[in-house]
Amino acid sequence: MNEEIQESIQVFVSEAGELLDEMESALLVLEEDPSHEGHINTVFRAVHTIKGSAGLFSYDHIVDFSHHVESVLDRVRDGQQKITSELLSILLACHDILENLVQAAVNDQGAGDEEVQERTRGIAGQLEQYLGESACAVDENPMVSHEVLQIDDQISGIELGSNWHISLRFGPDVLRNGMDPLSFMRYLSRLGEVVQILPVWDDMPGRGEMEPESCYLDLEIEFKSDADKVTIENVFQFVKDDCKVTILPPLTRHSLYKEAIEDLPGEPMRLGDILVESGAVTERELKEALEVQQSEVDQAELKMENISKTPIGEVLIHKGSVHPELVNAAVNKQAKNKGSPEKTIRVSADKLESLINLMGELVISTANIALLANLTRKDTLNDALIEATENMGQLVDGVRDASLGLRMVQIGETFFRFRRIVRDVSHKSCKDIELKISGGEAELDKTVIEKISDPLLHLVRNAIDHGIESTETRHKTGKPKKGLLHLSASHDSGGIVIKVSDDGCGLSHEKILAKAQDLGLVKDNQKLSDQEVYRLIFEPGFSTAEQVTDLSGRGVGMDVVRRNIEALRGHVDVESQPGKGTSFSIHLPLTLAIIDGFLVRVGKSFYVIPLDMVEECTELPEEFQNASQLNSYMDLRGEVLPFIHLAELFQEKNVRSGRENIVVAKFAGQKAGLVVDELHGEYQTVIKPLGKVFRQLHGISGATILGSGKVAMVIDVPALVKTAASGAFEHGRFSSNSEVLN
Amino acid sequence: MSPVAHVTTDDDSGADQIESQNQFLSFRLADEVYAIDLMSLKEIIGYGDLTSVPMMPGFIRGVINLRGRVVPVVDLAERLGGQKTEVRKRTSIIIVEIFDESDDERIDIGIIVDSVNEVLDICPDDIEPPPSFGAKIRTDFIEGMGKVDGKFLVLLDIGNILSIEELSMLNDVNVGVKEPARKPETE
Repeated sequence: MNEEIQESIQVFVSEAGELLDEMESALLVLEEDPSHEGHINTVFRAVHTIKGSAGLFSYDHIVDFSHHVESVLDRVRDGQQKITSELLSILLACHDILENLVQAAVNDQGAGDEEVQERTRGIAGQLEQYLGESACAVDENPMVSHEVLQIDDQISGIELGSNWHISLRFGPDVLRNGMDPLSFMRYLSRLGEVVQILPVWDDMPGRGEMEPESCYLDLEIEFKSDADKVTIENVFQFVKDDCKVTILPPLTRHSLYKEAIEDLPGEPMRLGDILVESGAVTERELKEALEVQQSEVDQAELKMENISKTPIGEVLIHKGSVHPELVNAAVNKQAKNKGSPEKTIRVSADKLESLINLMGELVISTANIALLANLTRKDTLNDALIEATENMGQLVDGVRDASLGLRMVQIGETFFRFRRIVRDVSHKSCKDIELKISGGEAELDKTVIEKISDPLLHLVRNAIDHGIESTETRHKTGKPKKGLLHLSASHDSGGIVIKVSDDGCGLSHEKILAKAQDLGLVKDNQKLSDQEVYRLIFEPGFSTAEQVTDLSGRGVGMDVVRRNIEALRGHVDVESQPGKGTSFSIHLPLTLAIIDGFLVRVGKSFYVIPLDMVEECTELPEEFQNASQLNSYMDLRGEVLPFIHLAELFQEKNVRSGRENIVVAKFAGQKAGLVVDELHGEYQTVIKPLGKVFRQLHGISGATILGSGKVAMVIDVPALVKTAASGAFEHGRFSSNSEVLN
Repeated sequence: MSPVAHVTTDDDSGADQIESQNQFLSFRLADEVYAIDLMSLKEIIGYGDLTSVPMMPGFIRGVINLRGRVVPVVDLAERLGGQKTEVRKRTSIIIVEIFDESDDERIDIGIIVDSVNEVLDICPDDIEPPPSFGAKIRTDFIEGMGKVDGKFLVLLDIGNILSIEELSMLNDVNVGVKEPARKPETE
């Protein structure tokens, strides 16, 4: 397949994905409140657009299926079919099938595997019921039913009064594309009163030349309605590619538009935008006019003539889209405020990625320059140089923040995706569950968001499946019938906390403990606090569900959740109250690219300890100074603090100058000390992976490049402490390098 | 660190590739001369600013900052079973590209050598298979014996020497002198 087609298919897939997302959320809104009729249009538009694009690539299965769906939706739009919860369920199923079909089509699997085909047939069958006797609209001859049309040959002049004037020039392919001109008339009549319809016969060929599948219908319509121009135009949005639609507002509206133009905010705008904003011209009309304008320019270029654009206002007047009076009003308005409006652009994630990588390099080399400038203190130029580098440093900081901001996206979108999952899962498990979402506007690095959605999904499913009780149990224990699942996000000291809480039965201390003893994770006589017991659910292979359902219970979930979160340099906490509910808090850094660290020196090397784990720093007590023990413990204000002597562990040469210090690190509720030679303070830096050669190395999570250009290791405190606790670092054994650390 | 020379194998120029097919870079290491295929060479830099990585076997000397990337550096002499290389004036780091089959990825690794000699043209006819015994290093580390000016020169199989599988092991067991302690994972 050639590259261009491949590329277009990629566009099709991502477009279809977006449309399907829109369709899904519109359906879910409808399910909550069926009176939101506007959303049925969104659904229709999504299905229709997918059908159209799929046709371009000859994905016939998609075209066929979406055609069925479209027919049913058409009836809903016409008011012939009511929106019922049953219908919405079927439409949601249709959404899933379309998703499958799109996937199958791009993978060259035609109609998909057996399972998809089976389901497609099933749903198509169910759709049939909603089509009633009139079946699909395509087979109908548009010229047959005349009851709504009044044809009056006598009226030739068209008056502009209090009526809208709509000219429709249907293209020849309208029928072939599955559109029924008549259905638009019916839909139009819901917005107001069709005063007059006048057919225009100019395009009609003679009897012999006429093709039965082509459409030759052109109409002039007098229409009385209070709807605005965009609403009227939207009636025809599904034929807009095949049909020339010109809508002239009634004269009585001119003063309204003029007022609207005057009332626009004082921002600089383009003429076309002013007209669109005021409602005098629709976006489609503007787009077409701009195309006309562009083609003029293109032709002028071809003829090597001087380029002189026809002003957009004139083009619009010429096309009959707008009255000259209004263009003048808009031109006046525009003269008052000049400039161009804010715009957004789509940028590929790769480009952002490389920008941020370069940014990281720039931060490092700026720090390097600042260091060099400070070293050349004796130089006469020095003061100016230091000032210049400081200036640059500030600018670089600004650029860094701005470029990191580019990748920040709101977490709300990820949350909203859970509405469908909650709906489906709760239906399946026969529970009534309400999903509450808060803090969706909190921003997070896109790469973090992508990686967090799987762990979140696990937690949400677990909450529904194991957390929230069945309706009867809830009723018996006096809880509200409806279970509550709460997804929230909030900022917390330079990071973000995502919470998944439910008001279900809570975690059972006894059950978890019993299971842990079975698995040999806990000794029989070991005493554990609630918190310690709850943390056991994150151990591999742990699941207390008595029944394995297809939703969860296989015991592979929670340890994966924890691992994924820790890979993002975050951690997860669990709180639970028996009978009241469970709450998981995921703490995450805002971005993966840059960390706040604490720089220390051990021997000749520098190390970075993640700042969020550093609790305090203090001098190592006298009795431990210059001791060569690897691990020991000290008294920290009455608390026992175990510590690791990093210089011994890392076998750094003894260049001990002065007294050693101890960094107290806190993580997952426990404290540990790290003995270092020198403290260098806070240090913001870019973290870099160490690569595969070091993949079995525990205790070091990555590297970072210091201002001097030297590399420093980033210490993974939990892993280091865990390994120390397991005894693998014992002095003699480690130095001979004979033990594989695991 | 100041670059001593930049020899880059350019992937998109076909002429270069054909030319470098029978070319080898020779260097001195612990009083012996070895050579590696020029195709795996990326660049040569002077020795400097190496950061050691704790808890790794001795032949992994540490990492360097190569224009913003963190690249591991292997003490080739120690990896081949000899003594740790002492840093002298002409000590250089050769950056080579290793293909990791397990992940279909290319990885840059630096190797420390005493000095870089020259680029040699050795035609395939002048390359003999490695001797079954008698060489000072593991047989699977040798790609072949190249004949230059009537003398044999060990052509190193850099892919086997720097196999990610073996490097990432945290013990020194696989640094055998003659007998490979582990079979290479290439098959």
